[in-house]
Amino acid sequence: MTRWLMRRRVAAWLIFGGFAALPLIAAMTGDPYLVVVATRILAFAMAALALDLILGYGGMVSFGHAAYLGIGAYAVAILSRAGITDLGAHLGAAVVAGSAFALVTGAISLRTRGIYFIMITLAFAQMAYFFFVSLSAYGGDDGVTLAARSTVLGQDWLADDRVLYYAALAMLLGLYLLCVAITGSRFGRVLTGARENPLRMQAVGFTPFRFQLTAFVISGAMTAIAGVILANQASYVSPAYMNWHRSGELVVMVVLGGIGNLLGAIAGATLALLLEEWLALFTEHWRLIFGALLILVVLFSRDGLTGLFRGRAK
Amino acid sequence: MSLLSVRGLRKSYGALKVTDDLDLEVTEGELHAIIGPNGAGKSTLIAQLSGQAGSDAGSVLFAGAQMMGKPMPARVRAGMSRSFQITSILPGFSVLENVSTAVQARAGSSFRFFAPVARDADLNEQAIAALAQVGLSDRAQTRAGSLSHGEKRALELAIALATQPRLLLLDEPLAGTSGAEAERLVQVMAGLKGQVTLVLIEHDMDAVFALADRVSVLVYGRIIATGMPAEIRADPAVRAAYLGDA
Ligand SMILES: Nc1ncnc2c1ncn2[C@@H]1O[C@H](COP(=O)(O)OP(=O)(O)OP(=O)(O)O)[C@@H](O)[C@H]1O
Ligand SMILES: [Mg+2]
Repeated sequence: MTRWLMRRRVAAWLIFGGFAALPLIAAMTGDPYLVVVATRILAFAMAALALDLILGYGGMVSFGHAAYLGIGAYAVAILSRAGITDLGAHLGAAVVAGSAFALVTGAISLRTRGIYFIMITLAFAQMAYFFFVSLSAYGGDDGVTLAARSTVLGQDWLADDRVLYYAALAMLLGLYLLCVAITGSRFGRVLTGARENPLRMQAVGFTPFRFQLTAFVISGAMTAIAGVILANQASYVSPAYMNWHRSGELVVMVVLGGIGNLLGAIAGATLALLLEEWLALFTEHWRLIFGALLILVVLFSRDGLTGLFRGRAK
Repeated sequence: MSLLSVRGLRKSYGALKVTDDLDLEVTEGELHAIIGPNGAGKSTLIAQLSGQAGSDAGSVLFAGAQMMGKPMPARVRAGMSRSFQITSILPGFSVLENVSTAVQARAGSSFRFFAPVARDADLNEQAIAALAQVGLSDRAQTRAGSLSHGEKRALELAIALATQPRLLLLDEPLAGTSGAEAERLVQVMAGLKGQVTLVLIEHDMDAVFALADRVSVLVYGRIIATGMPAEIRADPAVRAAYLGDA
């Protein structure tokens, strides 16, 4: 167990160190596009991390997590149009709106289990999707282009791609450390126990629902933060962020990286988006290759990518 | 003094009356065994008492408080813990984690998000004590799912004990254990007598007659006799209905 924690710490240093060094590499190779792609990767890594918290630790397979990406992104669009451009305000609004949506939909979804939970989270996300499609003031289906990125202390520092990148990296690191703490805490133990055997947890006096709902809300808020980054990176917001394909992609990222260890989600998001970028260069049928890769990973390593590095568990 | 007082308890699955107007008094401090043939409704009774299953009618007073309608976690917090006939543990957790999770449930402060629970001395010390009580101290760091069957039964007992119950409902704790394992569990239960009130469902008659202060016989959802072990052994109706020998 402690050996596994040591390995995770080393892997975390490698991953975050790699991300920190990336803009330098991009500068050397003279490929500014790399930082733009990497910012997108960081945003999806946050969302995958948030999903892993409830999927990997809580056993809750949300098939509607893209809704929170959209909620975070629209928080930026709506506040910006109202003249509020501050990043802190955008993040605050995203967290509040994401939490509220998660609280309401989670409270209902958690009445169900298994395939029904998957379907009901999907249905709520679709409702959010169609709500924003019908929001003609914000471009409906077409979405809106942001006039500018979020500001910090009234300054447009984030207009520089590299500054935005490092801001996103700092947030990902913060959220990762938060998740490490949560999953190792008393709360995390109840959350994991309720996944392992909910009857047993009730039989010692826990009401799993309260813990599952709390985790669901934390996860929704985290994913909304990812949406804020995504909106800033693209300077554009549309309902496409909330498409159910995207929810599926988030699940794929978590499974690809390995569920229930946090770093796997980050690695999975990175690999999935890199593959998307590079495979698309060679063939328009890249999804076919991607699908085959996913099958291989799942078949040969139940723990996804992390399983390949972990060796013997525990 | 009755710690548990059950009146007119009923439950049907369709046309099958599994618990049929059942009355039961369990005195504070006693070990009260419930015996009965397969399908008599013993596990269903435990499920109803613990709140896992609902009841169609009746009253369950525990320490003077009405438990009917309360969910399982609330009854556990009131002081009523149980074990399951089919082992129910957290297989992916270590043995120590299984028990310290139960201690944590009792400690009541589980909305703590930052302090690492693995190094929570308050929880671990009590958990280690419960493990020592059932003889599992040297298995504390083992993954619970890889314990032997008998060790899992002992672990389940430790988990129930860790919630510090006033009343412990044990559903066939010896089920599937070997001779030596069963003997150890019987000793553990003998050691619990006097510390905690026990309702013990068990098919192993040697264990029942060795441990019980009183025995109730459950047949077709009804208690047909309650008494001292010797009385029950001698009761002709019990012999006919259950003990089966002439
Ligand atoms: N959920 C259920 N739905 C329908 N019938 C059930 C259900 N649970 C139990 N029964 C039936 O109720 C009766 C009593 O079952 P129960 O498990 O309480 O018996 P038991 O006395 O514990 O038996 P054993 O000694 O085999 O453990 C049985 O006939 C069983 O088939
Ligand atoms: Mg039974």
